[in-house]
Amino acid sequence: MPARTDLKKIMIIGSGPITIGQAAEFDYSGTQAVKALRSVGYQVVLVNSNPATIMTDPELAEGTYLEPLTVEFLEKIIAAERPDALLPTLGGQTALNLSMALYEQGILEKYGVELIGANAAAIKKGEDREEFQRAMLKIGVDVPRGKMVHSLEEGLAFAREVTGYPVVVRPSFTLGGTGGGIAENEAEFVEILTRGLSLSPTHSALVEESIVGWKEYELEVMRDKNDTVVIITSIENVDPMGVHTGDSITVAPAQTLSDVEYQKMRDAAIAIIREIGVETGGSNIQFAIDPRSGRMIVIEMNPRVSRSSALASKATGFPIAKIAALLAVGYTLDEIPNDITQKTPASFEPTIDYVVTKIPRFAFEKFSTLPNTNPGGFSDRLGTQMKSVGEVMAIGRTFKESFGKALRSLEADVRAEFSGLTTEELEARLYPNPTRIYAVLELLRRGAPVDRLYEKTRIEPWFLTQLKEVVEAEHDLETEPHRLEDLEDWRYVKGLGLSDARVGELLGVSEAAARKQRLAAGCRPVYKTVDTCAAEFEAYTPYHYSTYELEDEVRQTAKPKVVILGSGPIRIGQGVEFDYATVHAVWALRAAGYETIMVNSNPETVSTDYDTADRLYFEPLTLEDVLNLAEHEKPIGAIATLGGQTPLKLARKLAEAGVPLLGTSWEAIHKAEDRAEFNQLCAALGIPQPKGAVARTPEEALKLAEALGYPLMVRPSYVLGGRAMQVVRNPEELRWYLSGIYAALAERPSILLDQYLENALELDVDALCDGERVVVAGIMEHIERAGVHSGDSATILPPISLTPEQLETVKAYTRKLALAVGVKGLINVQYAIKDGAVYILEANPRASRTVPFVSKAIGHPLAKYAALIAVGRTLEELGFTEDPTPGFYSVKEVLIPWLKFPGVIPVLGPEMRSTGESMGIDTDPYLAYYRAELGVGQRLPLSGKVRFIEAEQLKPDWEAAGFAVSEEDYDLLIALTPHPELRRAVESGKPFITTLEGARWSLEAILRARNSSLPVRSLQAWHNPQKPAP
Amino acid sequence: MRERAVLVLEDGTTYHGYAFGHRGKSVGEVVFNTAQTGYQEILTDPSYNGQIVVMTYPHQGNYGVNVFDMESNRPWVRGFVAREFSKYTAGPRAQQSLEEFMRDTGVIGLEGIDTRALVRKIREGGVMKGVIAHATHFGSPSYRFTPEDIAALREEARKWTDIDGRDMTPEVSTPLPYQFPTFKGQRRVVVMDFGIKHAQMRYMAELGFELIVVPGKTSPAQIMALEPHGLFVSNGPGDPSMPRYAHETLWKLMGLLPTFGICLGHQLLGLAAGGRTFKLKFGHRGANHPVKNLLTGKIEITSQNHGYAVDPDTLKDFKPTHINLNDGTLEGMAHLRYPVFSVQYHPEACPGPHDSIYLFHRFLEEVDAFNGLTGMPVEKQRVGGLGI
Repeated sequence: MPARTDLKKIMIIGSGPITIGQAAEFDYSGTQAVKALRSVGYQVVLVNSNPATIMTDPELAEGTYLEPLTVEFLEKIIAAERPDALLPTLGGQTALNLSMALYEQGILEKYGVELIGANAAAIKKGEDREEFQRAMLKIGVDVPRGKMVHSLEEGLAFAREVTGYPVVVRPSFTLGGTGGGIAENEAEFVEILTRGLSLSPTHSALVEESIVGWKEYELEVMRDKNDTVVIITSIENVDPMGVHTGDSITVAPAQTLSDVEYQKMRDAAIAIIREIGVETGGSNIQFAIDPRSGRMIVIEMNPRVSRSSALASKATGFPIAKIAALLAVGYTLDEIPNDITQKTPASFEPTIDYVVTKIPRFAFEKFSTLPNTNPGGFSDRLGTQMKSVGEVMAIGRTFKESFGKALRSLEADVRAEFSGLTTEELEARLYPNPTRIYAVLELLRRGAPVDRLYEKTRIEPWFLTQLKEVVEAEHDLETEPHRLEDLEDWRYVKGLGLSDARVGELLGVSEAAARKQRLAAGCRPVYKTVDTCAAEFEAYTPYHYSTYELEDEVRQTAKPKVVILGSGPIRIGQGVEFDYATVHAVWALRAAGYETIMVNSNPETVSTDYDTADRLYFEPLTLEDVLNLAEHEKPIGAIATLGGQTPLKLARKLAEAGVPLLGTSWEAIHKAEDRAEFNQLCAALGIPQPKGAVARTPEEALKLAEALGYPLMVRPSYVLGGRAMQVVRNPEELRWYLSGIYAALAERPSILLDQYLENALELDVDALCDGERVVVAGIMEHIERAGVHSGDSATILPPISLTPEQLETVKAYTRKLALAVGVKGLINVQYAIKDGAVYILEANPRASRTVPFVSKAIGHPLAKYAALIAVGRTLEELGFTEDPTPGFYSVKEVLIPWLKFPGVIPVLGPEMRSTGESMGIDTDPYLAYYRAELGVGQRLPLSGKVRFIEAEQLKPDWEAAGFAVSEEDYDLLIALTPHPELRRAVESGKPFITTLEGARWSLEAILRARNSSLPVRSLQAWHNPQKPAP
Repeated sequence: MRERAVLVLEDGTTYHGYAFGHRGKSVGEVVFNTAQTGYQEILTDPSYNGQIVVMTYPHQGNYGVNVFDMESNRPWVRGFVAREFSKYTAGPRAQQSLEEFMRDTGVIGLEGIDTRALVRKIREGGVMKGVIAHATHFGSPSYRFTPEDIAALREEARKWTDIDGRDMTPEVSTPLPYQFPTFKGQRRVVVMDFGIKHAQMRYMAELGFELIVVPGKTSPAQIMALEPHGLFVSNGPGDPSMPRYAHETLWKLMGLLPTFGICLGHQLLGLAAGGRTFKLKFGHRGANHPVKNLLTGKIEITSQNHGYAVDPDTLKDFKPTHINLNDGTLEGMAHLRYPVFSVQYHPEACPGPHDSIYLFHRFLEEVDAFNGLTGMPVEKQRVGGLGI
C-alpha cells in the first residue's frame, strides 16, 4: 500500500534547548524523521529553538523555524506554512505537550492540521496517571496498589490491609510533590500522611505501595496501522526502582528474565499499546518486578519516541524514529525494508548477540557548591527525577566486556579516589548516587559478599556476581602476573572489558607497556557487526564494535579513509554542538569522496546513527580504543579538533603513536593552550593580554597576586570547562580559595592568576584559517559582562556595542594569531574590551560550542569548511573568503537546569552550568533577544509587577516603562544577589534576572516587543530573502 | 584452571573454548538458535534430538531452570554451546542452576568460543556435523588438545551418519498411548506424538480438549477406534520424509477428522498429501521470525525450530495460508476441502511470542463445526503450575 497521498506537508516540533531529560536523543530522532519523510516525498516544516541541533540545518527541512517553542509562535508558523499534519511524537515531552496544547486550544482544527502518529486521546490516556491506571485495570495488567485517601484513618486502614511498609504518600495538588514521602513504618506514615493531608488543598493524598528496590525493565514497542506490534528490545536497569531510568545504569537486552516472564511482559506491552490506542509509531513501557514474588506491574508508558528508544535504536540497529515517521504517514512495518539486512522487512523483532550497557553521566559538581535553600544543603542522592546530563553506551560480547567499555567511555574515573576510602566510608556511599557503582566495585575488591551488597543496593545479584568475576580476575592478575602469557590468556582478560591501562596497573607497568605486551602476544581486537539479527542474515550496514574474539567482519575497501573522533558523553561544557560539528565533518568529507569513519560512545546522537558516516564504530574514546581502530582501519588521518575536549586530549598521544592528525597539528594546539607559549606568542604579535602569572604553590600565588594587583581571576591550570574558577578581590578571598576550592583538587595543578577586567565587554570570535588566509566568520558580543562563563552568557551576532575600529582590531588580532599558531581549520578566540582597549583572553584552535550558532547566523557551514580544510582544501576553493556580515541579528541564550537541583539558588558565574541554548533571529537586536529568552522559557512579561532585590537602581527605568514595583507577588524577579527568592522563582516557573545587563536588555526587549507583532520567518527565508513566502 | 574443550566441525574448523555441564564427548548436527530467552525450553524440545545447539545470545543460564519450563521430561540436544554460561542463578522462578541441570541430565556444554563466527560459518556453509570434546574425555581437565586429536574428532564428525536418512522420531515419541492429565471433555483429540512439546498440549488442555496422546506409529484404525473429534500432529525431529508410516496414516485419515499439525506435523501433512519437503540451508531457529497470515493480512512474530520446509510449489489439495516474510518460505497451509490445517512455526511458543495462539482456538472451532459441537460451552481449565 502506498503512503498517504492526502498529506503533502508535515510539521515536526523539536524538543528545544538541551536540558536534563531532553538531550541530543531528540535531535537524533527528529533528524531521522525529517530525512525519512523527505525521502518519501513529503515536505517538512521543522520548529526548534535550539540552533546546536542538526535537525535545524537549513538543508534538512523545507522550512526551518528557529523560534520559541510556545503555542503562540507555533500558531504563527502553522498559519504561515499551513501544514497538513503534525507529527507530535518526536520532540520529547516538550513537543508532545505543545501538540496537545495546540489541539486543546483548537488551533489544529482551525488550520486543518491532523495529528498523526498518536492522536490526542491516546496521548492523554498514556500521559494521565489516573486514566492510564484505569486502562491497565481494564485489560488486566497489574499496577502499583494505591488509593486516594481523605483521612488518616482511611490511609492507615489501606496501609495495614494492602500495601504494608514501606509505603509512598503523594499529597494531591501540591507543587512539585511537596509534602510527600516514603514511610518505612506506621509512625512515619502517620507523620507524613498527616502533613500531606494538611498541605493538600483538597485534603487528599495517594497512598501507594512502595516499589523501591524492585527490578526495573523497559520494552520498546512499535505498532503500525495494521496492528502489527513488535518489540524492538527489552532493557533491564541495573539500578533498581527508585532511581529514574535516565539516571540508572541499564543493560539491553534484559538479562534475568526467563522466557515465561519476558513473554508475559511482552503480552502486557502489546495489550497496553493497543488499549492506549497509539495508532502507529513507538512507545516505551516501563515495568517493575518484585524480586521476591516475581509479581509484575506496569509503571508508565511514553506514547512517543524517547531517550530509551534512541538507546534501543543504537543498541539493536533498528531505527525507531525513522520507522515511526514512516508508519505515521501510512506505511506498514512489512512494507519497510530492514536497512541492515536489506532483504528482510522491518516487521520483525531484533535479536542481538552482544550486550549493551548504558551509564549516565552527571554534573553535580557544577551545582553542589552554589548557595542552597535546603536545610541539608545540596544532596547527591538520586531519585525519581532525572538528574544526569548525558550518557555513554558500550557494546561487548558479554556484560562484563560492555560494562568495562562503558565505564571507561565515561571519562570520569574515580577509582583512585575510592581506593583511598575506608570500608565504612565506602558502605556509606551505597545509597543511590552518581558514583555508587565505584563504591560497589571497590567493596567487591575488598571481598564484600554479593549478598551484603545486594541488601544495601538492591542491585540484582546477577550483575553483582558479574562484577565480582571481573574483580577476581583483577586480583589474579595482580597476584600472579606471570599467568598472563599467551594469546588465550590475553583474550580472556581483555574480554572482561579491562583496559590496557588497568591491566598495566595490575601488572605494575605503564599503559604503553601493557599494550606492547598485549600486541606481542598477538592479541588485537576484532570488529563485529550490529546487524539486528544475530548474524542470521548478511548485514550490509557497517556498524561495528570491538571485542576480543576470533573473527573480524569488517570489509576492507580501497578508498582513502578519514577517522572523525566524536565527542563522547554530553556534559556541561561539551554538548550537542560538538556532535553537530563532527556530523558536518562527516557529511562534507563523504561528499568529497572520502570514506568517513565515526567513532563515538554516545547513543543519543546523530553521529552514532549508522546512516551518518560510511562506517560507525561504537567505541570508547580512549587512546587504547582509538589506536586499535586506527591500526585496524589505517586511515589517512584523524580529525580531533571538532569533537570538543574528549578527542582533543587524545590528539598529542595519537600523533605520537603515528596517527596523522588532519587539520590543525597538535603542536599548534599546544602553542595556543600552553600558557607560557601563548603569552610569548601574543607578546611577539603585539596582542595585549590581561596581566597574568602562573604559581606553582599557594604561597607563590599569594606573592604573585600582590605584584599583579586585585581583582584577579584565579583557576587551576588544567581544569576544563571553567571548573574551580573564581574572581578574588583581596588576599583574604584568595586565601579562602586556595585553602578551600584549590586544596580539594587531588592533583595540585599549578595556579593561574589573571588580572580580572571588571565590567569588561567580552567577545567570542570564531574564525577559519587554511594556513594562508583567515576568515573571521563570526564575532559575538556577550550580553553579560566578564565574570560570567562565556558558555553561560547570552551573546549577540553581529556585535552592537563595538566601534568600527574595535571591530577591525579584533579581526586583525584574530588573523595574526590564527596564522601564527598555524591553524588549519577553526579557531575560537575570546577577547575583552575594557576602557576602549581590546585584550585577548584565550584562544582555542578547534571547533567551539558556538560553531552551530554562528553557522546558522551567517549561513555558512563552518564545520564542513573546517573538515575540508583539514584534507587540504583552501578557503578560496571553498568560496569563503570574505568576513560575512549578516543582515539581521542573532541572539543565543542559554538554559541552565536549575529546577532539577533542589534548593540551588540560580547565579551566573565563571563556572559553566548551562546544558542548552536557544537562538532568536530578528532585524532588531532586542527583539532577537526577546525571542531567544522565550526560547529558553524565560517569558518576559510585557506588563505587570516586578520585584527588585538589591536592584534599587533599576526601579526608575522599569517604573517609567509602566511596570509596578512589588515587594511580594511578581511577574518578574530581578535579584542581583543570590537571594532565596530566586529559588522560589525557579520552582514557580516565574521569569527572573540576575545581572544588570540582563535587566537592561530585557527591559529594552520588552519595550520593543510591545510594538511588534513578532512575525515568524524560516531560516531559509532569512538567508535567502528572495525566497517567496510559503 | 578452566577445563579446555573444543568443537570440531566436519570441515575441520575448530573452536577452542572451555568445558561446561556434563563432561565427555558428543557428536551431532550443529545448528544455531537466535532466541534471547528460553534455553530450558530449547534444551528440552524433542525436535532438537540429534543436534548440537549454538545459542547466539552470549549469556545463557542466567535465570536457572525449573520444573515448569520443561518442554518434555528431559533435554534432547546433543550439545549446548554459548559464549558464556552464567555461574549465578537469578530470579524467584529458578530451582536449579543450568550447570547442575546439564550435569544431571548429561548435556555436554561448551563456552568461551566465538559463537558469532560459528553462526556466520553455518549461515554461509549450511548446517554441519560436529563434535564437542572436553579435555577430561582425553584424560584430565588440564589436557591440551593435539593436532592429532583434532584430526580424529573431525573424522568422527564426518563419519557420523546418525541423522541422515533415519527416522529420528521413535526415540522421542511416547512408547505407549496415554491421556494428558486433564478433565475429560467433550472434545476428544488424538495427539500423534512425534516428539511433542508440552506447551502444545497445555494450550489444548486449557481450551478444554481431552487429549489422548499416541505414538507416531499408531495406525489409522487404532486412532479412529479412539473415537476422536479431532487429530493433532505434533512437532518432532529430523527429516520429515523418513517416517513414511506417518505419511500413510495421515493420507488415510485426511478428511476424516479436523486436523491441526505443527512443525514436523505440518511437513508430514504436506508429504501425506503428495507434496515434497526440502532441507533449508541452515534452518529457522529463533523467536523473531515475521510470518504473514495470508487469510487476514496480519503479521505474527513467531517461534521457529525447523530444518526442513514444505515446497509450496508441490502442494496438492492444500493452499498456502502463511508465509515467512524473511525468505518467503511456506509457514502454513490449509486443505482446500477438509478442515485440515497446519503451520511450520510454533504457535505454542515456549520459547517465543504468543502472537499465534489463535490457531489453537481455530482448531477448537474446526473441531466444533465438524462435530456439530458449535455453541457448546468451552470448559476452560487451568493447567496447574505449568506456567502459562
